[in-house]
Amino acid sequence: MDMLMMGIKAFVMGGLFCVIGQMLILKTKLTSARILVGYVTAGVILGALGLYKPLIDFAGAGATVPLTGFGYLLAKGAMEAAKTDGILGAFTGGVVAGAGGISAAVFFGYLAALIFKPRMKE
Amino acid sequence: MGSEKQVSQAQQDKIQRYKQLVDRLSPKSDMVTGLWRAFWVGGAICLLGQALTEFFSRVLLWGATSAATATSICLIFLSALLTGLGVYDKIGKYAGAGSIVPITGFSNSVVAPAMEFRREGLVMGVGAKLFTLSGPVLVYGICSSIIVGLIAFVMEVL
Amino acid sequence: MGERTVVLGNRPGIVSWASIVGRKEQEGPYGGRFDQVLENELNGETSFESAERKMLETAVTLCARKAQRELSEVQMLLSGDLLNQIISAGYAARNLQIPFYGLYGACSTMSESLSLGGMLADGGYADRLIAATCSHFCTAERQYRAPLELGNQRTPTAQWTVTGAGAVMLASGAAARGAKVRLTHTTCGRVIDLGIADANNMGAAMAPSAADTLCAHLKDLNRSFGDYDLVVTGDLGHHGRDLLIELLRQSGVDVREDRLFDCGCEIFSPRQDVHAGGSGCGCAASMLCGYLLPELAAGHLNRIVFMATGALLSPTTTMQGESIPGVAHAVVIEHGEE
Repeated sequence: MDMLMMGIKAFVMGGLFCVIGQMLILKTKLTSARILVGYVTAGVILGALGLYKPLIDFAGAGATVPLTGFGYLLAKGAMEAAKTDGILGAFTGGVVAGAGGISAAVFFGYLAALIFKPRMKE
Repeated sequence: MGSEKQVSQAQQDKIQRYKQLVDRLSPKSDMVTGLWRAFWVGGAICLLGQALTEFFSRVLLWGATSAATATSICLIFLSALLTGLGVYDKIGKYAGAGSIVPITGFSNSVVAPAMEFRREGLVMGVGAKLFTLSGPVLVYGICSSIIVGLIAFVMEVL
Repeated sequence: MGERTVVLGNRPGIVSWASIVGRKEQEGPYGGRFDQVLENELNGETSFESAERKMLETAVTLCARKAQRELSEVQMLLSGDLLNQIISAGYAARNLQIPFYGLYGACSTMSESLSLGGMLADGGYADRLIAATCSHFCTAERQYRAPLELGNQRTPTAQWTVTGAGAVMLASGAAARGAKVRLTHTTCGRVIDLGIADANNMGAAMAPSAADTLCAHLKDLNRSFGDYDLVVTGDLGHHGRDLLIELLRQSGVDVREDRLFDCGCEIFSPRQDVHAGGSGCGCAASMLCGYLLPELAAGHLNRIVFMATGALLSPTTTMQGESIPGVAHAVVIEHGEE
């Protein structure tokens, strides 16, 4: 029951993040690359201010899957590493936390480019 | 000198009036449908992410951070596969931000240019183009995390 | 004559033409009219760029063959395309071995090449020359917009670059004998920029230059819409076409909407979901060679003014926040024996 509840919350929260993005696409001249930069940076800032963790506690993947969640991950990593390792931690913490996502994107991206060919759009 | 300024002003007016004309005659896209589609596709992707996280933490009994990282990697893999198969662009056309905002959109933005520029070789084609669209995300994400880390360090010291 | 229009007193003849398109264009309302259709977007080649080049070569070769002439009898090739350094035209010219003048007018290249070619033929500087151009959806997307597999949405004013090529053979003097279609006037376009910076709204960017050229043309020749069976524009698209009508009315031109034919609006049907319509050099070129010239030859159309429109932007200028200048060249084509 509580898994179902979590699922619904994840669905709705994730949907809301996307709706905001869609509004930005429709109403402003921002390209998708710029919107994504905005999202990731917003995630970093909200994470640093402690405002993002409550969203994750509430909606789980609904807050971690959108790109803001990636920003939160980077911020959390940098802040925690700064506390334990000082200035060096500030530099390494973010990238270390995001390493899984970045490596996966690079690796699978390269593989896909080797295996697949781009197709004509309909 | 004076007439030069006048010409420029007349040109400015012309540009303004044209912009108004363009806005008046512009076709409007259907907002509500677009928002709904972004909502449900984005929500569905997050729901999938939630299911994956539950699997990793409850079935495989991994810790919270590992489960989250593994979820990201799975979604990235899935998106890369769908992009390679030529399916993700169809999802994107339908859902707009619903497919761009989740981490799957990030993966799609890495795979698409890499596939496209393969004709230019594996080093400068695939290798370099992996980051044409996703590079800014990494740059701004990492830079802002460093700044945040430094601020955290300073506040810790104080 | 007048400020900007050149009268081609010797009325160079259009002796043959050829058009090639891709699958999507073949599925449009004029699909059956084109000479050849590409099997797929790669055209048997390994890259989209090679495919586009080969399409242009084939169009030129077919054009010469339809005129029952060897390529060696063609004295000049005037050609261009959308790609950086006009590689399709340049490399095609290398393979065709016809003396080559490369042109860049973006999507206005078809009428630009016909204008210049017409003047060369009329002046007796060439007995036979070919004006040709092409565009390809995949190469244009690659260069100007986004990778094919990217999951992005197109805006309502966005246009679909046509995969197509058109080649026209112009002849003068004895070589033009028997030609059923003639080139009679050309009007050179001025570059007009009214501040549109949205690379997804080409129609709005190009409409002002189309209005400027058409107004100048009509004024120079003291003609109106009624003097032409069709006023043809290249690729303004639905939105651009509406803007053009409005701009012409504001300049006091009596617009006959039923005679305003935009290749971009016509080449695809609404069911093909191309938003504002087709675009690209190949759009105007293939419609000219597939539909308009045959209709003129058969006498179903008597006189048209053909005005392809181009947007002179590059990915660099877009990123630097520059607005998009447009240009449009007009040529008058008539049915006529001599």
